[in-house]
Amino acid sequence: MSTQEMTKANATETTERATDGRGEATRAYRPNVDVYETNDELLLCADMPGADAGSIEIKFEDGTLALHGRVKPRQSEETAYLLQEYGVGDFYREFQVTEKVNVAAIRAEYVDGVLKITLPKVDAVKSRKIEVQAK
Amino acid sequence: MLHRRGGMFDPFQQLRSEFDRQLGGVWDNLASVAPRFTATRVFPGVNVWQEGDNLFAEAEIPGVKTQDIDISVVGNELTIKGQRPESGPEAECHRRERRVGSFTRVIRLPMEIDANQVQATFKDGVLLVTLPKHENVKPRKITVSAG
Repeated sequence: MSTQEMTKANATETTERATDGRGEATRAYRPNVDVYETNDELLLCADMPGADAGSIEIKFEDGTLALHGRVKPRQSEETAYLLQEYGVGDFYREFQVTEKVNVAAIRAEYVDGVLKITLPKVDAVKSRKIEVQAK
Repeated sequence: MLHRRGGMFDPFQQLRSEFDRQLGGVWDNLASVAPRFTATRVFPGVNVWQEGDNLFAEAEIPGVKTQDIDISVVGNELTIKGQRPESGPEAECHRRERRVGSFTRVIRLPMEIDANQVQATFKDGVLLVTLPKHENVKPRKITVSAG
């Protein structure tokens, strides 16, 4: 594998959308995600290893969910790698959420480098089982 | 130079095919970005560098529990094994990009390692292995005696 190729097993590099503190576009990795849906909620798991938990930003606006995990360099830029299979940098990704979500009840946790976001559905869109009454 | 041992059998091939099928579905705003993770890619990626008397190997393995990581060193070969659990039930899954299941990486290091002194830390999904060089390969200063 070329040491120039900085795509990660956990992520794909992209230059889109992620912004630094001054609102300027910056390079970021696109984390790999799993998305699950149950009757009550949507669950999203994103691989964001090495992120600073306190700096992870999750925004939900107009049906768009945006994740931004800031990752500080772990080694100096001058490090001469004998083998380099991935790069280190911020994670960023956006999703379009078509389900009606109870925005106030969205919660998230960061454990072992995985960001888990739970988006509860609003009651109106949950499927209901209708009992048929025997007469 | 470092070499990687590539096996003929690839347990992730099937999983990758699965990813391929699921791409282009709902949800993603960045569909225009080519999803390159489907390329033939080993898991996990490993970075190796040296500093003084140590080699360091780092791997990103988010979602793995510390007790499920198995590290061994024989001579100049570092083996990292682990198990990544499923994040949820398949039946309810819309999108599955994260590789799960067991993985093994064997990294051939450019020199012999003192296996007894190897240490490892795991934080926020990042594994860092400190690999002290074996006494045999450390540079020794030879004093020239006047004769």
